[in-house]
Amino acid sequence: MMHKFSVAELSKGLKNRDFSSVELTKHYLKRIERSDLNAFITVTEDLALSQAREADSRLTKGNANVLTGIPYAHKDIFCTKGIKTSAGSKILDPFISPYDATLSYKLNTEGMVMLGKTNMDELAMGSSNENSYYGPVNNPWDKKRVPGGSSGGSAAAVAARLSAFATGTDTGGSIRQPASLCGITGLKPTYGRVSRYGMIAYASSLDQAGPITQSAEDAALVLNTMAGFDDKDSTSMNKDVPDYTENLNNSIKGLKIGIPKEYFSEGLDDGVAKVILQSIKEFESMGAIVEEVSLPNSAYAVPTYYIVAPCECSSNLSRLDGVRYGYRCDDPKDLNDLYLRSRSEGFGEEVKRRIMIGTYALSAGYYDAYYLKAQKVRQLISEDFKKAFQRVDVIMGPVSPTTAFELDAIKDSVSMYMADIYTLSVNLAGLPGMSIPAGFSNNLPVGLQMIGNYWSEEVLLNVAHQFQTQTDWHVHLPENT
Amino acid sequence: MSLDKKQVKEIAQLARLNINDSEAQRATAELNNILHLMAELSEIDTKDVEPMAHPLDMSQRLREDVISETDLSEEFQAIAPKTGKKHFLVPTVIE
Repeated sequence: MMHKFSVAELSKGLKNRDFSSVELTKHYLKRIERSDLNAFITVTEDLALSQAREADSRLTKGNANVLTGIPYAHKDIFCTKGIKTSAGSKILDPFISPYDATLSYKLNTEGMVMLGKTNMDELAMGSSNENSYYGPVNNPWDKKRVPGGSSGGSAAAVAARLSAFATGTDTGGSIRQPASLCGITGLKPTYGRVSRYGMIAYASSLDQAGPITQSAEDAALVLNTMAGFDDKDSTSMNKDVPDYTENLNNSIKGLKIGIPKEYFSEGLDDGVAKVILQSIKEFESMGAIVEEVSLPNSAYAVPTYYIVAPCECSSNLSRLDGVRYGYRCDDPKDLNDLYLRSRSEGFGEEVKRRIMIGTYALSAGYYDAYYLKAQKVRQLISEDFKKAFQRVDVIMGPVSPTTAFELDAIKDSVSMYMADIYTLSVNLAGLPGMSIPAGFSNNLPVGLQMIGNYWSEEVLLNVAHQFQTQTDWHVHLPENT
Repeated sequence: MSLDKKQVKEIAQLARLNINDSEAQRATAELNNILHLMAELSEIDTKDVEPMAHPLDMSQRLREDVISETDLSEEFQAIAPKTGKKHFLVPTVIE
């Protein structure tokens, strides 16, 4: 029963000593053991129990924080000292991180309990979690379907209540799309809000970490700990972190919502469109003002992203070469053979594809035609948002063009890339974005995307929380949960 | 612009990846699909548009030149595939 509580409720329960962190942790560990979703790559049972005992002692002594003793699932992309950090890849399967990511350190210091490391698309490249070396993850709403990706394990774990919340990362939609497909709440903060130190880099100008939770209130509580300046991350922003819970209850009367007409064109599933339009009506009934906006370069987000991200990844992943850590091939005959075979045997198909695209686009003679061109279009996409935010406070639309699709259903890479058509431009611009449960289509969850201006996480969380006080989509659970 | 199998194999070598014939076949088709998608960008007039390398209008932060990290060489060596005398070992490069 305890797993049905939100982080906010669990925090109160722990503080009142209705239950202990050890009891709570054992309860979740048992749920993980019984689960057949493949949501975890590593379950850290011993560590979890020792952290829970430590948390209980802090709770008894009265020096606990709001999140002390709360169990969470950590995406396997964050370095965790002494614990395998694979990023879903064979090439990092032997990698036991010698240091903690800043985010891991922060959650530990807060006294939280890490249940394990969650499954993900290899090196965060994918939209279905089918690219993991450790096998696909099942969607708890329908096990024949994907949970989305790349944070598929984290999203499935929260949806099935195998954990109170989870961490995720979002380079092109990897928090919002799985949150949408699994019927939970996911927030990608503004680029630079959460430290990237120790978060295994995919595309460094796009990557951002954020919370995957049951509700906006929980996301606010968790973001309070996640956000903040980090000296160890050169792109971390030195900007005050507000208390994200403070304005949750503000009225949204008069809030200006922009609906980009480009997000409702061809390719959007009718059932998804219906749910999104219905939820926008709900906002109107709450006193928000809805108007149409235009993001004319939206259609170019997919090609732009699939130049920028592969270019950055082909450069970033050159460090995975079998020399200093990770997988090394057997009996290399010379140095080049060591590089070639370690990388060829260690990387999966999609990762190789993106490395090759990036290598090609950055090679002599093609740089201007691809990378420079994409950076210019990236500027135009970003300017579209700037114009829109002169008129409205929040932009709303679908997260994903469809609900969760079946495992093995999408075979070619370009079709898979289209799954992120509504989320990519937010990363290109560096804006905060959120997915919240907005209803169901054929018994599968549909997420509403909310996009805010730079550093407006507070506004997004307030708007999402108000929606969640008027609707109950976020408390629906998959059968037998 | 489209690539043939030979070019794809060359790109793979540049990226230090080995791909066999059947993988190259599939990769060529996939890469050409992706390049076709990218070609859409040529429709857009980007004359006078500043390229955007980064979402935040920020410059590289500088810091005082002081030692801030402790020596973790032992920890780093401990997880390496092959080490010796504080070095990472690879097959002999120069006899």
